[in-house]
Amino acid sequence: MTVPIVITVNGERRSVDVAGSESLLHTLRNDLGLPGTKDACEQGECGSCTVIFDGAAVCSCLVMAADADGATVTTVEGIGEGAQLHPLQEVMLAEGAVQCGFCTPGFIVTGVHLLETNSHPTEPEIREALSGNICRCTGYGAILRAFTALTSEGA
Amino acid sequence: MTTRTLPRVRGGIGTSVGRPDGEPKVTGNFAFASDLSSPGMLWGATLRSPHAHATLTELDIGPALAMVGVHAVLTQDDVVGSPMFGQVEQDQPVLCDGTARYWGEPVAVVAADDEETARRAAAAIVAVWEPLDPLDDPERAAEIGSTFREMRIRRGDETAEGSVVVEGFYETATQDQAPLGPEAGFAIPDGEGGLDLYITSQWVHVDHRQIIACLDLEPDQVRCHPAGIGGAFGSREDISLHIHVAMLALATGRSVKMVYDRSESFVGHVKRHPSRMWYRHEADEDGNLVKVTARLILDGGAYAHTSPAVIANAAFFSVGPYRCDNVVIDAVVVRTNNPPAGAMRGFGVVQACFASESQMDSLAEAIGLAPLELRRRNALAPGDPFATSGQVIQGSLPTVAVIDALESIPIPDPIPSDDPRLAPGGTGLTTPRSAVVRGVGYAVGLKNLAFSEGFDDFAEARVVMTPAGIEIHTAAIEVGQGLVTVCQQIARTVLGVDRVAVVWKDTSQIGSAGSTSASRQTQMTGGAVHDAAVGLRDQILSLHGGDELRDDGVYKQGELVATVNEICSDGPVECHVRFRHPKTYPPDADGQGEIHAGFVVAAHRAVVDVDPELGLVRVVRVDTAQDVGRALNPQAIVGQLEGGIMQGMGFAVMEELVIDGGVIRNPTFTDYLIPTFLDAPDVEVRIIEEGDHWGPFGAKGIAESPTISSTPAIVAAIRAATGRSLTRVPVLPTDIVGV
Amino acid sequence: MTGRGAAGALRRPRATDKWQRAAGYGTVMDFLAARNLDETLAAKAQRPDAQLLAGGTDLMVEVNIAHRRPSRVISLRRVEELREMTSNRIGAGVTWARLEGSDHGALAQAARTIGSPQIRAVATIGGNVATASPAGDGLPWIAAANARIVVRSKERGERVIPWNEFFTGVKHTSLEPDEVVTGVAIPDDVPTAQEFAKVGTRNAMVISIVSCVVMRGDDGFRVALGSVAPTPIRVTRAEEMLNAEARITEEALKEFSRIVSEEVRPITDHRSTEGYRRHAAGVLARRLAERCLA
Ligand SMILES: Cc1cc2nc3c(=O)[nH]c(=O)nc-3n(C[C@H](O)[C@H](O)[C@H](O)COP(=O)(O)OP(=O)(O)OC[C@H]3O[C@@H](n4cnc5c(N)ncnc54)[C@H](O)[C@@H]3O)c2cc1C
Ligand code: FES
Ligand code: FES
Repeated sequence: MTVPIVITVNGERRSVDVAGSESLLHTLRNDLGLPGTKDACEQGECGSCTVIFDGAAVCSCLVMAADADGATVTTVEGIGEGAQLHPLQEVMLAEGAVQCGFCTPGFIVTGVHLLETNSHPTEPEIREALSGNICRCTGYGAILRAFTALTSEGA
Repeated sequence: MTTRTLPRVRGGIGTSVGRPDGEPKVTGNFAFASDLSSPGMLWGATLRSPHAHATLTELDIGPALAMVGVHAVLTQDDVVGSPMFGQVEQDQPVLCDGTARYWGEPVAVVAADDEETARRAAAAIVAVWEPLDPLDDPERAAEIGSTFREMRIRRGDETAEGSVVVEGFYETATQDQAPLGPEAGFAIPDGEGGLDLYITSQWVHVDHRQIIACLDLEPDQVRCHPAGIGGAFGSREDISLHIHVAMLALATGRSVKMVYDRSESFVGHVKRHPSRMWYRHEADEDGNLVKVTARLILDGGAYAHTSPAVIANAAFFSVGPYRCDNVVIDAVVVRTNNPPAGAMRGFGVVQACFASESQMDSLAEAIGLAPLELRRRNALAPGDPFATSGQVIQGSLPTVAVIDALESIPIPDPIPSDDPRLAPGGTGLTTPRSAVVRGVGYAVGLKNLAFSEGFDDFAEARVVMTPAGIEIHTAAIEVGQGLVTVCQQIARTVLGVDRVAVVWKDTSQIGSAGSTSASRQTQMTGGAVHDAAVGLRDQILSLHGGDELRDDGVYKQGELVATVNEICSDGPVECHVRFRHPKTYPPDADGQGEIHAGFVVAAHRAVVDVDPELGLVRVVRVDTAQDVGRALNPQAIVGQLEGGIMQGMGFAVMEELVIDGGVIRNPTFTDYLIPTFLDAPDVEVRIIEEGDHWGPFGAKGIAESPTISSTPAIVAAIRAATGRSLTRVPVLPTDIVGV
Repeated sequence: MTGRGAAGALRRPRATDKWQRAAGYGTVMDFLAARNLDETLAAKAQRPDAQLLAGGTDLMVEVNIAHRRPSRVISLRRVEELREMTSNRIGAGVTWARLEGSDHGALAQAARTIGSPQIRAVATIGGNVATASPAGDGLPWIAAANARIVVRSKERGERVIPWNEFFTGVKHTSLEPDEVVTGVAIPDDVPTAQEFAKVGTRNAMVISIVSCVVMRGDDGFRVALGSVAPTPIRVTRAEEMLNAEARITEEALKEFSRIVSEEVRPITDHRSTEGYRRHAAGVLARRLAERCLA
């Protein structure tokens, strides 16, 4: 049995039939052709699946897709203006904050949301805001430098 | 030493040039193995043993086969080639052979129209088990001779005695690599009985060898392609779903995708060996080591994997970066019904370093020396015999320099602010500032570079000039560490050409690059790229009578004499190299000989804030001085060091797979805790550059060092803060509180 | 090799299959995105077996590992009434992100420790209450505040249940199948001196090993703990002991701490041991009492 839903993803209205209690993460990756959002735990514990959902950064693995009907969703594919990278993407690259990159989409989405709600976070604020995103490669140092570079530029 | 000045190029060695795959990774466009798909593909799923040890009395795949959407259900009976696989020893059945030897052992695999149906079908298979007693006690396994390998090292005088003696017993728990990207494979049949396989791997050629043997196919019928990988840390050194997904694709004639979920990943890959170690250090009054005696037991779990090499490493690095003339080491890796262990960053040295560095602290205390002073006195240097194998240290080994550099990093202010986020317990608000005690601890770690013990260790690479620029062809695996960038940098520097791209090749297109492990790829594949680039440059320059290569062609005394198009008029020009490091030899009966190709050393200093009453720890900072040989990409080095320290820190204070009767009790990210952003210590890095005797431009591999001595440094700091002896990692609140 | 604490406890071979995802996603028949409370109650009356979905942070974890595959789901996300918050009542649909700004200091402190920012953005107090996990970090505050759980059904209307009658066991409550938790009713006499703390082995995103709330008001001290018993508990003997003291001395606090450790009923599991939980319960209660006095 499937449930038909309509969601606005990265500015585009999409209609899709979702199966039973599957997660929005599953729908994005498997049905909507948006594999940029990553699946690393499906338990809400790693943040790799973070999307902006009706204005909040949430774990898409814990959103029942059927319940997303009518929602507005931004995924990593919707960050930045066309080919133009978002400043956070630029600075993550410049600071070497990307290694394997599996956590990166989650950090970008959570980070963009953070900067939209608090343009000059302090270091402890950055750490706390990103504490739901696990990175196994970098030790977070370069990610922290990326955010501080961005937020101390007076941007 | 060559004196040839290096051409000036953008993005050459020594610069912190960015990753070529960085942009797709920040935009979500990078294809990881788990992202691959094709229309009409099937999904695979695995049925696993619910017992750590049991006889399979009945297996009925009928109910699964009868399900709508199920296309194949395969068992061990369907393995047409070798029934067993294994990197070192072929001792593991592809699917359960009638006995399950560990919890989660694959029993049957299914291919179905979608992921959910595949998983449902796997669950619908009827497996009847007769549980057996699991052998889960490694000491018992050692007693009854259930072992993979025993190591015996005898050097010097076994009867030598020191006037100061310290003894200790140490334990380390099971650590999981927990790479963020799950195990994934995508198999595409070619319609002629063969297939293309895109897999998460650390070494496609060694996977390929095992896969073709089990499928009974010719080498060129199976092409293993490196696919995008979300971290590895050793977990992908051994086969997981590779053979299964290939079997399903061949059986159905359709493309099949398989991805493990997190819990399955925890059971589906090998982990860090848990260990028990007994040590006695003897020294003279001045702190000179006289004798080290040790007995180490590592639990290899149910199948061999790389256990024979891991135990050798644990044994050979059981004394650390110190001189000692009398050494008695017995080390054994046992076979049990616990989860199979294998490679993880540090590969046996992590365990030994925790014990031996703890011993060095005890010794320093007994003698009344500062911890680093004792280490400096005994520091191993080039020309010294290595304490265990006796081989004379070749190349660079700046042990004293890393200790000095570490000491030169200023110690930060006592306790920062009242911000709970920076205190033990964090936003849990457990700990007022008045309850915090600070401690500082040190450790120094030594690691071998590349493969040891006479293994024929090589890496192939091809450097090709095309009209569009230089291509580097390799099958080496980029797991995120930045090999791709370093290869580009090396080629740019050697050739003087900016436009360099790495093109990944499958197993049919190029020879092995060896494993992405043992800190070896920068030196091995980097070495191959270096030599191939040199060969290509010399070939082109001599053919066109030039003295310099640039992006647009060959120059002679500043004048363009042949354009790239002219150079490539008969097609791309290439140089293919198989690179080998200095030859090593297997150990003799006493563990003596030229066993290792090179060494790397690092030192760590940890500063911790502890709430002793609750046993909570916040690791404030871990500073490090790292021997790098030559820094090819400083930013990437810092990234490796920070990331490695984080894993060492996780092992020191939180990461443990709790295993009970062979069963993993916490195979989820909810309960296997990995450090978060709020746990991350600050790190300051000092890079020590003393070129090594081999490897491109004298560079060494550095990826494992940060996970080796960071753990004992942190535990030493907690000891300093609490006065507890803390002989087991991870150190949990119960250990600190003592309840 | 056995894990710490578990040694010897369970030597028998044991069958578990935590990784095996079994039942189908495809089993959901009905999905109702309820628009208001009446619609919710009507639907629940009609199909008492329907699963309520709020933030999904407990439910979807179970769905994803196939521990639960609900056949009917009623989503509460769009039900405005449940999101209302007054000084006497917190709607079941209020998220932990909003509660981080609560005037009740200890509730705000607890809210900040629940999961991660992504979790708190959607996870609700109603979900925490209905899940009734021993480790539910919102529950000790409810116990200390003497709050009551407000539930409602179409048939029987509203019931207001004292917290200690609502929580009946590990993940068990006295909620009837056709009922919905609408909110948490807060008495007027909740002391303003109130403090929360939680022990875990990581500094964020961690399940409580012990959590504790202490309040100090005109009636004296109130002490509630989580993760040390099947339900949140009050340690009345310790409260009475401290309240009987004329002056809170160092000695009195020590004795208080000892009684707290004695009164709790924790277990050993893969997260910690009984002994540590007892110890930490006493330490937290003492430190929080000190904080309330400061
Ligand atoms: C990564 C992660 C970390 C977490 N960390 C913590 C933590 O630190 N502390 C903690 O306490 N919890 C934690 N949780 C658990 C969870 O987030 C909380 O319990 C949360 O409050 C649940 O709320 P929800 O709205 O998401 O509930 P849901 O998942 O939507 O629902 C949970 C259950 O309650 C029922 N339910 C929901 N609303 C109602 C209602 N109004 N009436 C009747 N029944 C209802 C549902 O049917 C379901 O059975 C964590 C969860 C995750 C995934
Ligand atoms: S995949 Fe959603 S939080 Fe890990
Ligand atoms: S870069 Fe690999 S997990 Fe973060």
